[in-house]
Amino acid sequence: MTAVIHAAGLRKKYGDLEAVRGIDLDVMPGEVFGFLGPNGAGKSTTISILCTLLRPTGGTAEVAGIDVVRDPAGVRRRIGLVFQDPSLDDQLTGRENLEMHATIYGLPRAERHRRITDVLEVVDLSERADSQVRTYSGGMKRRLEIARGVLHYPEVLFLDEPTLGLDPQTRKHIWGYLHDVRKREGITLFMTTHYMDEAEFCDRIAIIDKGEIVALGTPAELKDMVGGDVITLRTEDGPTAAREIQALFALEAVADNGHLRLEVKDGAEMVPRLVRELSMPVLSVSLSRPSLDDVFLKLTGHAIREEGAASVDSLRNMARMWRGGGRR
Amino acid sequence: MTNAITEAPTREPAAAPAERRAVRETNAYAASLTAVWVVWKRDLVRYWRDRGRVIASLMQPLLYLVIFGTGLSSLMRGGSSFPKGFNYQQFLYPGVISMAVLFTAMFGAMSIVWDREFGFMKELLVAPIDRSAIAIGKTLGGATQAMVQGVVLLVLAPFIGITVTPLMVLQVLVLVFILAFALSALGVAVGSRMKSMQGFQVVMNFLMMPIFFLSGALFPLTGLPAWLTVLTRIDPASYGIGPIRKVVLEAGGVPARALDQYAIDLFGHRLSTLEEVGIMLVFGVVMMAVAVYNFQQRD
Repeated sequence: MTAVIHAAGLRKKYGDLEAVRGIDLDVMPGEVFGFLGPNGAGKSTTISILCTLLRPTGGTAEVAGIDVVRDPAGVRRRIGLVFQDPSLDDQLTGRENLEMHATIYGLPRAERHRRITDVLEVVDLSERADSQVRTYSGGMKRRLEIARGVLHYPEVLFLDEPTLGLDPQTRKHIWGYLHDVRKREGITLFMTTHYMDEAEFCDRIAIIDKGEIVALGTPAELKDMVGGDVITLRTEDGPTAAREIQALFALEAVADNGHLRLEVKDGAEMVPRLVRELSMPVLSVSLSRPSLDDVFLKLTGHAIREEGAASVDSLRNMARMWRGGGRR
Repeated sequence: MTNAITEAPTREPAAAPAERRAVRETNAYAASLTAVWVVWKRDLVRYWRDRGRVIASLMQPLLYLVIFGTGLSSLMRGGSSFPKGFNYQQFLYPGVISMAVLFTAMFGAMSIVWDREFGFMKELLVAPIDRSAIAIGKTLGGATQAMVQGVVLLVLAPFIGITVTPLMVLQVLVLVFILAFALSALGVAVGSRMKSMQGFQVVMNFLMMPIFFLSGALFPLTGLPAWLTVLTRIDPASYGIGPIRKVVLEAGGVPARALDQYAIDLFGHRLSTLEEVGIMLVFGVVMMAVAVYNFQQRD
């Protein structure tokens, strides 16, 4: 099977800043492929290049077998897009938005109505299809955009942070719809996110940091890179405990917020030994399977959600709310 | 989050690939024409939905006509150059129609900046269509709205003693559309460059008032001091308003000879209606070319 997205040595420079520095990847038809990384890691730049919205400064990329630089219009006909920010006309109804899209993308008139009815049903918007979009909630707008993204039978649906600014429950629902759409349409999903929990819904994930892919694999494969289970424990004297753990088990314990974190092959066996063999009482201990947060931390040396990124995010959300409520 | 939706993905064959292929093989030229139509239609649907704004925007011309017009008519009663039985309000009337057109056409392009700020423009920019279709659709959409805003004012004609005939309505419709098209193209050319609504408003206000005051909407463009004459000839709207006034006042029974005194000279040559229309069209096409160029440049 040939890749539906193929990138080799993809680069993008803005002046002196290199936002994307040599990305290689292959995405197979029907895959849900996640691009995971903090804000400013180069996710949006990469997705924009693949969608032909930006020209790369180096490397090549093909989507649905078509070169993104040589035939951008050809690529655009074969992809669907869901942007970070809503791009609907909120004075029009949901159905009108879809009709407009269908007309622009050349869906035959005879088929338009049936197809629109179909996609509306997939995202559960049939009943609200004839209300103006400005009366929709954030989650409904997202769903409508997903429906619009697949309306013209694209081969790949690109989603740039599709759940940004939505509450957790809505995010979960959106994921449900995305999986339905994927199943029904047999479409490839390529999405960016900085929510670790969402990356778990992907078949494969590329972790991107500072413009480069630092790891690529299934969520399980990536977690295996951490090396088993994660034990977090608290004692009265962290530094001493860390030294003892080093001496006794040849394991490195990392101080994290007053706790010690260590990665072990078999956590269930390790916990009793720790409690027994340390010279000081263990105040608390917990055992967990590694999360993608742990993977990210291990690979890049920093957490995915830095303080700065979080506050920018909340500003964005505020801006969204203001827009949502304040216009017209 | 539960993992209810992470169940092992079942790989089903892509839905009807043949159907997909059929969708894609469309003629690029036809697709762009369709896109012009879609952009135009959307602007009109939005215009129609926003009836409050439509009604509100009729207020300003009404104020000019009723208050300003009546006031100045009484000031000029007697010693004016108006032919017998003809007053300033009647002179002003076509100017007010043009004013409604001018304001609507130029501010109509605000929707471009609006669309960019609120995202919808992105849907158009990523579509597999030629971007000139967006510029052309927007220009025609704005022009159609402006035309409606202007032509609606014809209902006032009987109140100021001007007879409406089918021929006159037809002529006004065409002339108003040409004026609307040229100014809408100007607006789109500016709007396609603007990043913020504030910026657009500042530039538009800067352009609009001079264009309005120098256009001959409020006073005749003949017998003015040289410096002012030069400025009025630079104003593109002058060439759009002249023919509209001629058609409306002729229908009002003003003798053609009396109307001649309002016809404007350019480089010592008296312009005919056809020449004025020609100037307007050339200006509109040039502006639309600028707008198309701007749209194609944007990344």
